[in-house]
Amino acid sequence: MQLISCPWCGPREEAEYHYGGQAHVAYPHDVGAMSDADWADYLFFRDNPRGPFAERWVHAAGCRRWFNAVRDTGTHEVLAVYRIGEPQPELGTQASR
Amino acid sequence: MTAEHVSPSKLLRPLSPLDGWQAAFDALPNVVAVTEIAFMAQLNLRVDPSGPAAGAVAKVLGSALPTQPCSSTRSGEYQLLWLGPDEWLILAPEGAGPELETALREAIGGEPGAVTDVSAQRTTLALSGCASRELLAKGCSIDLHPKVSPMGTCVQTLVAQTGIIIVARDETASDFLLVVRASFAQYFAAWLIDAGVELTGAC
Repeated sequence: MQLISCPWCGPREEAEYHYGGQAHVAYPHDVGAMSDADWADYLFFRDNPRGPFAERWVHAAGCRRWFNAVRDTGTHEVLAVYRIGEPQPELGTQASR
Repeated sequence: MTAEHVSPSKLLRPLSPLDGWQAAFDALPNVVAVTEIAFMAQLNLRVDPSGPAAGAVAKVLGSALPTQPCSSTRSGEYQLLWLGPDEWLILAPEGAGPELETALREAIGGEPGAVTDVSAQRTTLALSGCASRELLAKGCSIDLHPKVSPMGTCVQTLVAQTGIIIVARDETASDFLLVVRASFAQYFAAWLIDAGVELTGAC
């Protein structure tokens, strides 16, 4: 089974984790002033790249903390993990591995 | 009409999730030993480890909260298990829960934090014997060798698809405390017994 590294607990089996969609999607500042189209865009539309993608994951069967991971959607390789609040790491060297 | 009146409180006794399972545990090969430690008081503690409340809580518990991920500390009759960066599970002897809960709540005072008695949520199994690591390895991917998981290691993981907390209690990593949800306890006990069947002979 693939191992994913939890920023707190270290490498654990993939089955201990749940997926939480795209990371760094900020809640809109002024929801009341948004058009329906913008609101729908915020609510339903996410990037779907092939390659490195910043995602939220939760270590559901372990420490139950949410964290961010950069995963290559083509190879399913997890390129980086970082805690909530930490900036997304540069992937220059890792992504081209 | 001289039937003796027996008070219901003498007839009723609490049933632990694994009440009646000890005979099956005893039938396991003698390279492992499993015993339920029922009704242990368990408190879930949420507090900021760098805030003033953490110090006050440490005074009540007699020891600082472990901040290293996947570790635990023993302090007298309390065991402090790391569950997350701001979350701990405190194991205390049966009946000690309400008093400790009040003391911790007073220690936290107005600071952000929470203490919740979760004693009924989980039950505890003591697993020992020279094949205990081999037994757990049948359903668990964590390396429990003492070089990787020294005494005090406390991991939350899946064993046979069941969420469980494993605490390594000795230096040879053959004595474990397994904390399992009450509703999963019978499934887990049945799995342990099945996994233990093929452990035979000496270690």
